[in-house]
Amino acid sequence: MAFGLFKKKPTDGAAVDPGASAQATDRGFASRIRSLFTGIRFDVANLDDLEDILLLADFGVDAAESIVAEVKREAAAQGATTERELKDTLVSVLTSRLGHANRELNLTGEALPYVFLMVGVNGVGKTTTIGKLSAWLAEGDWSVVIGAADTFRAAAVEQVATWAKRSGARLVGPDRDGQDPASVAYQAVETAVAEKADIVIVDTAGRLQNKQDLMLELSKIRRVVEKTVPVSEVLLVIDATTGQNGLAQAKAFAEVAQVTGVVLTKVDGTAKGGIVYAIQRELGIPVKLIGYGEGVNDFAFFDPAEFARGLVG
Amino acid sequence: MFGNLSDRLAQTFKNLRTKGKLSPADIDATLREIRRALLEADVALEVVKDFIGAVRERALGDEVNKALNPAQQVVQIVNDELVQILGGQQRRLEFAKKPPTVIMLAGLQGSGKTTLAGKLAKWLKDQGETPLLVAADLQRPNAVNQLQVLGERVGVSVFAPEPGNGVGNPVKVAKEAIKHATSKQFSMVLVDTAGRLGIDEEMMQQARDIRDAVNPDEVLFVIDSMVGQDAVNVAKAFEDGVGITGVVLTKLDGDARGGAALSVASVTGKPIIFSSTGEGIDAFEPFYPDRMASRILDMGDVLSLIEQAQKAFDADEAKALAEKMAKNQFTLEDFLEQMQQLRKMGSMKAMLAMMPGAGALRDQIDNFDEREIDRTEAIIRSMTPGERRDVKILNGSRRLRIARGSGMTVTDVNSLVNRFEQASKMMKTMQKGGVPQGMPGMPAGMGGVPMGGRAKAKGKDKKKTSKSGNPAKRASEEAARLNGDKPSGNSEQNGSAFGL
Repeated sequence: MAFGLFKKKPTDGAAVDPGASAQATDRGFASRIRSLFTGIRFDVANLDDLEDILLLADFGVDAAESIVAEVKREAAAQGATTERELKDTLVSVLTSRLGHANRELNLTGEALPYVFLMVGVNGVGKTTTIGKLSAWLAEGDWSVVIGAADTFRAAAVEQVATWAKRSGARLVGPDRDGQDPASVAYQAVETAVAEKADIVIVDTAGRLQNKQDLMLELSKIRRVVEKTVPVSEVLLVIDATTGQNGLAQAKAFAEVAQVTGVVLTKVDGTAKGGIVYAIQRELGIPVKLIGYGEGVNDFAFFDPAEFARGLVG
Repeated sequence: MFGNLSDRLAQTFKNLRTKGKLSPADIDATLREIRRALLEADVALEVVKDFIGAVRERALGDEVNKALNPAQQVVQIVNDELVQILGGQQRRLEFAKKPPTVIMLAGLQGSGKTTLAGKLAKWLKDQGETPLLVAADLQRPNAVNQLQVLGERVGVSVFAPEPGNGVGNPVKVAKEAIKHATSKQFSMVLVDTAGRLGIDEEMMQQARDIRDAVNPDEVLFVIDSMVGQDAVNVAKAFEDGVGITGVVLTKLDGDARGGAALSVASVTGKPIIFSSTGEGIDAFEPFYPDRMASRILDMGDVLSLIEQAQKAFDADEAKALAEKMAKNQFTLEDFLEQMQQLRKMGSMKAMLAMMPGAGALRDQIDNFDEREIDRTEAIIRSMTPGERRDVKILNGSRRLRIARGSGMTVTDVNSLVNRFEQASKMMKTMQKGGVPQGMPGMPAGMGGVPMGGRAKAKGKDKKKTSKSGNPAKRASEEAARLNGDKPSGNSEQNGSAFGL
């Protein structure tokens, strides 16, 4: 695989440089996103249409209004008038607004294993993302343990087991049906510690953010894991088709599980995932990964400039 | 679910309410708010534009300004148009003249097809059908396995000749399934297919091939109610790609405002037939467009509520209860029984959310802790039968014992007893006819709102009050029904939820 890997640190203590490798992606995802402007002319005369275009990409009313206002200001200041110039202005506005200082996966902690928690509502692609992430980490020589803590949905454990097998990860599943997910997560971490594995990825059941008891279960999983090791990343998976409810999802999950990053999935469809803009702007949670297909390699690090270029085309 | 949309419209209409006559500028201001609210509810932009256009045209016409209350008339128009888009009347499943009836499910990845297949199978089985589930999603890892587990759970046969995970030909499986169903005399065939993107031509061709192989009576398009603007593209792609006959809206138990429902119905012109409302295998119901529109406008989904109540309540028990109430013999034992009955109806939260006026109380409802009911139950169960029948005998030491026995405090016991006594008093008043006046915690202007609203609006101890209020109100409704009256909910629905 030709895109940047975080190679496992050769010796303990030597820091990896995730930033460098993240930028080394030569597997750009921009081409996987369909342009907002397919079949639409974009010039000074119809600058106001930009608001509708952004609305159609699920940016939301507030974001769309504010982006349009800034693009108009910038365009006026720079004298941008042609379609290309205006699009460049839009790209630069989006890129700078999507900037975030902390976009790399946190693989720099003192002690192994690093624990990743995958969370999100039902059907967004948590398990698939785990498969992809785990395969990629395995290629970087990290040894991965997957905790199958979705003990609720029918055959969820088998589904993640299939991905574990594909990616060569060690699977820790429940001993019996309907076992407490927190205890599965705990066992996964214990196993990783005992076997000196590098990374634990915990799969959790999809849950709607307004189900208070299920959300409490999630914070319990986190608490229980942290009895053994700190959690490095809590990745919230957001489906690109998600509308304005995505913001409510992010708020709720951030509250109970301290989300550290967003994974935007399914951008290979017609959906643009504009809601991540609002999530990052309003909650300060960076988008870290992006998924675009069912193949094991169909994911990349999120890059604002590339995302903006993909959207604007 | 449509919480914030309802809230926003309520806010907008409140501003209108002070006006006797509406100027075009008033109407435009209102429509701007409605546009924004609809967009924030993820209603597709093109649908919003059409909707606003249609409402404006009618709102500027004579029907509004000749109306006694113009603002209320605008509400009515918005409601009408919503129902119109959502598909007017409820549509039932089409059955084949000669069984088996074949239903094919199609949709994006993660929209909830497989889970829905299990629920639909259970629902059909409960109606006396003999459904066969067909595992034609051979793509997603362990989709076949998942369907088998679901089939086993609901006691429905699963036709799964191929292991899946990329192995096997779904078209062949589908074709064989029909033969199998015919020879084994299954009355229904439910074909679960792999999730696919509308723009994936290869996969859409496969979907068409499956369709042609099984010649379905229904092709149900399954869509997640959290979907945003893309709902339109996806729905069009599936409509053009496989030709859908109906829509199923999933994950409606979330707090998404569910504009996708409007969008999909509007762009495809196909009715929403079912909605899926939770993770339980029974969390599935026919979709009622008119009720959904009332819910959007926050007039409450009283009809659904009554229907659920009828499902859960035993008619004889209800009658006995009504008699008891008439004789003022309602005891804590009955109260406990009532709570258990209520539980059979489903989650308290889901019930409360259906109440008229629930929008304004959404936060409280969201924070409602279902375990409060467990705690109340524990307290009552720690009482002797004598104590349950007559709370007046509860002295200090009895209360202490009950508190210890239930793991609660004496304060909790006291508050339960107080609430019960209040509820009994209220029932007596209601028995004499009508809502008691000057009831504690009853906010002004909410007279028509049943217990959900009243109880939740009470600032202090709001969770608990809802329970004592609940059975009382419930019982009075039951009593009214038994007396041949219309359920009180109906009249409340006609009253304005906005206090116009």
